[in-house]
Amino acid sequence: MSIILDHINYIYSKGTSEEIKALDDICLEIKNGDFIGLIGHTGSGKSTLVQHLDGLLRATSGHIYYDGEDIYDDGYDMRALRGKVGLVFQYPEHQLFEEDVFKDVCFGPKNMGMSDKDAELAAYSALRSVKLPDDLFFVSPFELSGGQKRRAAIAGVLAMKPEVLVLDEPTAGLDPEGRDEILGLVRELHDKEGITVVLVSHSMEDVADYAGHIIVMDKGRVLMDGTPKEIFSHIEELEEIGLAAPRVTYIMHELHRRGFNVDTSVTTVKEAVDSVIGALWNA
Amino acid sequence: MLREMTLGQYYQVESRLHRLDPRVKLMGTLVFIISLFVSQKAVCYAVATVFLICMIKLSKVPFGYMVRGMRAIVMIMMITVVFNLFLSPGEALVTFWAFTITKEGLRNAVFTAIRLTYLILGSSLMTLTTTPNDLTDGMEKGLGFLKIFKLPVHEIAMMMSIALRFIPILLEETDKIMKAQQARGADFESGGLIRRARAMVPLLVPLFVSAFRRANDLALAMEARCYHGGEGRTKMKPLKYKAWDVRAYVILFCYLALVVLTAIVSPV
Repeated sequence: MSIILDHINYIYSKGTSEEIKALDDICLEIKNGDFIGLIGHTGSGKSTLVQHLDGLLRATSGHIYYDGEDIYDDGYDMRALRGKVGLVFQYPEHQLFEEDVFKDVCFGPKNMGMSDKDAELAAYSALRSVKLPDDLFFVSPFELSGGQKRRAAIAGVLAMKPEVLVLDEPTAGLDPEGRDEILGLVRELHDKEGITVVLVSHSMEDVADYAGHIIVMDKGRVLMDGTPKEIFSHIEELEEIGLAAPRVTYIMHELHRRGFNVDTSVTTVKEAVDSVIGALWNA
Repeated sequence: MLREMTLGQYYQVESRLHRLDPRVKLMGTLVFIISLFVSQKAVCYAVATVFLICMIKLSKVPFGYMVRGMRAIVMIMMITVVFNLFLSPGEALVTFWAFTITKEGLRNAVFTAIRLTYLILGSSLMTLTTTPNDLTDGMEKGLGFLKIFKLPVHEIAMMMSIALRFIPILLEETDKIMKAQQARGADFESGGLIRRARAMVPLLVPLFVSAFRRANDLALAMEARCYHGGEGRTKMKPLKYKAWDVRAYVILFCYLALVVLTAIVSPV
């Protein structure tokens, strides 16, 4: 699987006085097995971009190729595409509607044309993989806690067995524990089941800890594209567009300034610990 | 699709009509509607037409924009016109098969069409030039006398303004939920009537849940700020009549008098 975005432009309310250019000449490639972090300030076009990935928004100009096929071709099966690119919206728990959690998770796979039995199997394994306790499968989704609801909603997308999982701010409004649970879950899906992941976030920590590749967006354009180390070495540029590097990177810069021989390019707490221990050892 | 509806929308532009007190505009709309129903002669409609054109010019709202809102009522208009045309008794003009068009029928049909069109144009002129908040403020103040009859005028006005305020929010919410369900393969566009109605369930349930949640949050937020109804409540911008508002009332009165006069005097 691969997704190629070829000069994508998107203009909101085209032809009226309130025209807004939300995406400006986006060229990207998402490869099989990637874990991409998509970061940018509010209104930078992140959410608009991910809605293009499964064809919910149609680009004003440009092309998107999924496995080499142009998704804007006549007769392209959009519904199948939406099964392959699983998009989890912001606050996905707001989409729950069925009488019980299990039925709700079955909604996606059934829409994909699976038989009842296959859909139930897919729903069961999706609910297991988001680690929702078994005794909650058949209660009303509205009785779950916030974090549980969100996991149930993510299961609803996972049950379609997507090749790419796109999550738009999956940790918004969760406490630190809930956040770690969700992100740990996403990492597990990526590492164990080989699902390609696109994680949209404005939290540098989330992205630095989990993503192998980061795309920075600003005002509808792709500003930077690289590994976390490459991206977070441009602290000044990130700050200019209202973003920042992970806090731990700042600490390392400060330590370095005070004469410790530490690696300033680290982006995760674990790397920082190793680097600090190494520096103290050598001192 | 929903965004194309111009009926009942506000059009932002700077004009004399926009600046008028909402009570004047409410009264003006009422006077205009009354004048349409008083009108029984062609001359009356000529007066109304001149008045309406002047007002539209004064409002600076593009005419094309106003007419777009008319599309919604074309069907109703056709039905009333057809009924009037064929079912009015009187002096026969044309007869074919089982249908007879009478002189009175033709007259009624034309007048009804004009009346309906002007009715819509007149009232949409009010909503186009008045923000929903001004409108409810105007209603609250203008209908304040009903409080004597123990009618909760303030509460009704508050409910109206909340309802109006929630329309764009709920539209946005609908759009979001629709997309979220489409991402799970939901299909809102194809299939027969029953299938489509069933397809609405994944949209409507979350929408209702969210509407209730928002209503609950709003109620709490209002209570947290000590809202307890209209009793003793003051306004940040109290409505006050200015010179132009008084002039507008005079113009309205003259217009109504003219229409009534022509209705009595004019032979056709």
